[in-house]
Amino acid sequence: MDVKLKNLTKKFGAETAVDKMNLDIKDGEFVAFLGPSGCGKTTTLLMTAGIYKPDNGEIIFGDRLVNKVQPKDRNIGMVFQSYALYPHMSVYENIVFSMKLQKKSKKEMMLEADRVAGLLGIGTLLKRKPGQLSGGQQQRVALGRALIKKPELLLFDEPLSNLDARLRITMRSEIKRLQRDLGITSIYVTHDQVEAMTMADRVAVMKDGKLQAFMPPVELHEKPRTKFIAQFVGNPPMNFFDVELKSEGQNMQAFHSKFTLNLDSGRIPGRGGKNVVLGIRPEDIAIDPSSDIKAEILIVEPLGRDDLLQCRIGDLDISILADPKEKHRSGDMIGLDMDSRSFQFFDPESDQSLLWY
Amino acid sequence: MEKEKRNLTGLWFMLPAIILVIVFFFIPVIMTIGISLTDMSSVTGFSAWKWVGFKNYIKIAQHPDSITNFIATLKYVSITLIFFNVGLGLLIAIATNHLKNSIGGFFRAAWLLPRITPPVVYVLMWSMLAADAPYGVINQLFRIPFGLSTTNWVPEYAFLFIVLVNGYIGASFGMIIFSSAIESIPKDIMISSLVDGASYSQRIRHIIIPQLRWPLLFVVTYQTLSLLTSFEYIMILTDGNFSTEVWSLWSYHKALNNYWGNFQYGFGAALAAVLVVVGTLLGIIYMKYFRFDALVQEPKIDEL
Repeated sequence: MDVKLKNLTKKFGAETAVDKMNLDIKDGEFVAFLGPSGCGKTTTLLMTAGIYKPDNGEIIFGDRLVNKVQPKDRNIGMVFQSYALYPHMSVYENIVFSMKLQKKSKKEMMLEADRVAGLLGIGTLLKRKPGQLSGGQQQRVALGRALIKKPELLLFDEPLSNLDARLRITMRSEIKRLQRDLGITSIYVTHDQVEAMTMADRVAVMKDGKLQAFMPPVELHEKPRTKFIAQFVGNPPMNFFDVELKSEGQNMQAFHSKFTLNLDSGRIPGRGGKNVVLGIRPEDIAIDPSSDIKAEILIVEPLGRDDLLQCRIGDLDISILADPKEKHRSGDMIGLDMDSRSFQFFDPESDQSLLWY
Repeated sequence: MEKEKRNLTGLWFMLPAIILVIVFFFIPVIMTIGISLTDMSSVTGFSAWKWVGFKNYIKIAQHPDSITNFIATLKYVSITLIFFNVGLGLLIAIATNHLKNSIGGFFRAAWLLPRITPPVVYVLMWSMLAADAPYGVINQLFRIPFGLSTTNWVPEYAFLFIVLVNGYIGASFGMIIFSSAIESIPKDIMISSLVDGASYSQRIRHIIIPQLRWPLLFVVTYQTLSLLTSFEYIMILTDGNFSTEVWSLWSYHKALNNYWGNFQYGFGAALAAVLVVVGTLLGIIYMKYFRFDALVQEPKIDEL
């Protein structure tokens, strides 16, 4: 089932939590709502679920306007960060709760519960109470409870945030696999960009109640439309510094007080003034002893596969990724080579990208 | 050895509570039972009394008023408890929880008014309301203007009025306990049940009420015991007349407020001791019935 949000707006008193949100989700698509806390992503999700009533705009399931439809009549499944299992019911009772409300037969409930439990590997836990389960098990049960209704739309509200790091990675791929196999349209709210990038077909980035971008993860990473997206997406985060652009004959150059960079002819801002914000990701900066951009290493953070070097050029902080085999130490001076084909440019006033618009 | 030491430390922490319980519960109970085995009264004074064994209890068993007063107590406690202290309390708690916070809070605050009003003033208001014909609010405002017959409400419907008078106060206790218990149900669970297909009334039945087992146990137990022993509102309203002489009021009348001026301390204490035994038994039955032990069971968590 495809889902459309049209000019969706929600206000809490004077506060606008969601501001004229427009979104077009395709049937079977896995969409992540990504943004910092308080950006309106959960509010949007709860409006989709029918818990909050929108102040303005439309929510359309398929070709049905559902603004005024009660949650119980929307045929959705929902999974919460807190799992939200009913503590007084056994795992089995939790899973078949929606069927019990629909007055399905005992036999039917057993069959469906078996199917879902098999899908999630929780067949041995059916008699237990939620309080007797680990976090991962509880989240599987919550998934089972959402799936048993054969929902047309699955809503996830930061479902993995309470799990430990290792389990989060397992569950991430498991949810993704289930979603793909079952082909259920899904909305997944998260503040974790890794989750959004790895799981979603398309990511909706939100900030202060406004939709910033809605595109596939790779495009989000490679072609950030705003400085906020460039900052939020990608780990470790992108470096930014102010430069002044000048033409030198055929070439464009970017002047910073401490260094000058040559721009790539295929990657020159198509609009904006002379003064721009230049962004470059840590992985796009190489160490080159022959370079005349000299930086001092302040801190070395070993990440395992890479070392993250926090460096300083004058009063400019910049982070880069280096090969741990090179054994950099804090206090060392290194030369930096920035890959001009990966530069991003942003307007210093509006924070809009000057490359992608 | 180590463990014994730790238990001993724990004992120190419990000491203040232990002292309170001993001084204000165990010693009075023992004294009451002790006095109930004597013929102590105004006549004997505190010096000339003697032990009489179970004579007072035999007297209760043979007393013509015992059955009547026992049934009055049973009716009064169970009806007030079920319909008001638990029933109405739960109803207000659930209803106000589904209202907007400010409105719900106002209603709950209003329900607390009887509890913070001094008993004499509160009962006086009821007496005015239900005063004998042709006076009283009911007669004057709701009967006479419509040409309906007037009556002496309290004598006529004495039992109903003692239940109402106690019930409207009692309901606020359950209301507070149940409201806070409902508030403490995680918001996600409330949302989740709606998404799962529950209507508001189904959510009350399947999600909210089952999670109120603890507060229900507490309110039922606590309120049974306080209804069994509280008599001040009945005393002020009817003083036990019109078949409203509940057991605790009977005990008070016999021991401390006898019309003939003979305070039968021994007999009154025996009546009170019966209440202590009944209350304790009921407490144990409630604990068993609500499966108190199951509520504190150890979790069985294992990995993944």
